[in-house]
Amino acid sequence: MKRTPIILALLGSLVLAGCSSGGGGGQTQPPAPAGGGQSPAANQGSFAVVTHGGAGDSFWDVVKNGAEAAGKQYGVTVTYQGDGDPGKQSQLIDQAVAQKVDGIVVSMANPDALKEAIGKAVAAKIPVITINSGADRSKEFGAVAHVGQSEDVAGRGAGEQLKAAGVTKLLCVVHEAGNVGLDQRCKGAEETLGGTVERLQVDIANLADVTSKVTAKLQSDKAVNGILALNNAVAIAARDAVRDSGSQAKLATFDLSADVVAAIKDGQILFAVDQQQYLQGWLPITFLTLHKKNLNTVGGGLPVNTGPGFVTKDNAEAIAKLAEGGTR
Amino acid sequence: MTSAAVDERLAHAGPLRRLLIRPELGAVVGAVVVFAFFAAQSEVFRSVAGVANWLDPAATLGIMAVAVALLMIGGEFDLSAGVLTGTSGLVLVILATRFGVNVWLAMLAGLVVALAVGFLNGLMVTRTKLPSFIVTLGTFLMLQGVNLGVTKALTGTVQVSGLARADGYELARTLFGGTITVGGVGFRVAILWWLGLTALATWFLMRTRAGNWVFAVGGNDLAARAVGVPAARTKIALFMTTAFAAWLVGSMLALRYTSVQANIGIGQEFIYIIAAVIGGCLLTGGYGSAIGASIGAVIFGMADKGIVFLGWDADWFMFFLGAMLLLATLANRLVRRYAEQVRH
Repeated sequence: MKRTPIILALLGSLVLAGCSSGGGGGQTQPPAPAGGGQSPAANQGSFAVVTHGGAGDSFWDVVKNGAEAAGKQYGVTVTYQGDGDPGKQSQLIDQAVAQKVDGIVVSMANPDALKEAIGKAVAAKIPVITINSGADRSKEFGAVAHVGQSEDVAGRGAGEQLKAAGVTKLLCVVHEAGNVGLDQRCKGAEETLGGTVERLQVDIANLADVTSKVTAKLQSDKAVNGILALNNAVAIAARDAVRDSGSQAKLATFDLSADVVAAIKDGQILFAVDQQQYLQGWLPITFLTLHKKNLNTVGGGLPVNTGPGFVTKDNAEAIAKLAEGGTR
Repeated sequence: MTSAAVDERLAHAGPLRRLLIRPELGAVVGAVVVFAFFAAQSEVFRSVAGVANWLDPAATLGIMAVAVALLMIGGEFDLSAGVLTGTSGLVLVILATRFGVNVWLAMLAGLVVALAVGFLNGLMVTRTKLPSFIVTLGTFLMLQGVNLGVTKALTGTVQVSGLARADGYELARTLFGGTITVGGVGFRVAILWWLGLTALATWFLMRTRAGNWVFAVGGNDLAARAVGVPAARTKIALFMTTAFAAWLVGSMLALRYTSVQANIGIGQEFIYIIAAVIGGCLLTGGYGSAIGASIGAVIFGMADKGIVFLGWDADWFMFFLGAMLLLATLANRLVRRYAEQVRH
């Protein structure tokens, strides 16, 4: 009998602990400009962005910035979530449907796995815009538009430029094992390069390992005179590998970051294929806002292209400033 | 505790005390706290659609957590369980889509592969006496390579899809990957599998002789052998149980999403262990419960989805998830410590 108050006290303190952790959660919201807690914006519309990019991915962070900046501009609520596991990604879509948002933006790295979840959103009359990957399935799934960059067109563009630079044996560094889009980039480059293309599988979550793997490859195969990185962080890791191994291989990459632009200025990276992913965050929110207010649809069933653009030594200076602000 | 053992066994325990010494009680308290926390702040979280949403990850995680809890009570770990879900799914999808095998036969093939991996894990652990942490870490890495290597070699791509067109898909999907509509909201059929397996595992642990063997080999392997418990066979069977659960979950996910990526399941093995530990399993073995592991999975599912429902910044997601799990485990520990005091 005497002990009953003790356990009650323990439980009480736990509930308090739970609440105080929640207070911490609330406090982190203000820095995020378009967090879910801003009720005045709610009547203007609330949109969910669900991508396959994990938290902390430098590419997807720019998409997030674009979506949140657009949300702020139009006075709508934008929530951003990302998970590389397609099962978890479709659960996030299910959640957005349960929350009855006014529109959903989805990147489709694995369209088949997301088919059911997107179907549910479409059935619930929530407009869906697909971004980045999955352009060929977007219309079939009932999305109102697709915003992205055709992967094989971009890959072919990169292949042409590398061929002009004299590359005959290219190493294509694949950093996400499950992403079909990356494979399409390598294939596109293979089509226009005219030489051999070898794929190297690395893990984006372990950049130190990317460097050592590329180094090992360059040391063991001296014929490799070109490297195509498919992500900006991988490009920096590959640049270190070229330096470490003393190789003369020419390096090109997809996607920008402040580091990549600096490396282009220094001549360490030949060029970057820029798909201007800020637009892949900004445009869908713009389209959805227009769709909600004015029932506009964009693209007429064809993808809205955000790229490719090439960043070379000539225009790197101007873009460097923008990349530092997290918008390129 | 040993000095008081005689008193403990003879003393009459009241219903409250008997409840308090159950390993899963702490997890129940943790679950109530986590539920109350999110339900108070999010209307969607406590709606039927919201419940269906967070029970979805809880179900597949729960199936794994129950099997992993049995294994942990038996004193072993299985780090290969997460990747094995991917392996089983890949066997199913590759056989069904690239070789025209009927879905049911392909699932059977996946089961054979999974059980073989479980058997080998168990055999290596019992024969070599190496820690299962190391043995299954090896299998984990090997399977990760096999998943990618074999998939690329057979299909030329890293993402195998098109299962929906295979023979026997519809029925298999209804049974393993479908939904049941309750009150206008679709609940995953995996939830029923999860509840059924939790009940089965609980009955096995509490009411059967082999269930006692599990506690015995986990508590003290040598003593268990000395009194005639077939320790090696028990452990191998436990590894095969975990492999069976991995096959079930892998097949469910493959049937539901009609495609499997070669890198799926990596990193999940720790989530299974976390759910089992929240549910009252000791890392040292010999103690724990299947119901507790299931509740641990519910806590994880609620925290995982609740954070999204509250709209907290995704950059901080992992931080809050970790904090929630720590709090739930802390609640568990406090309750258990109190329960142990009650015993004396």
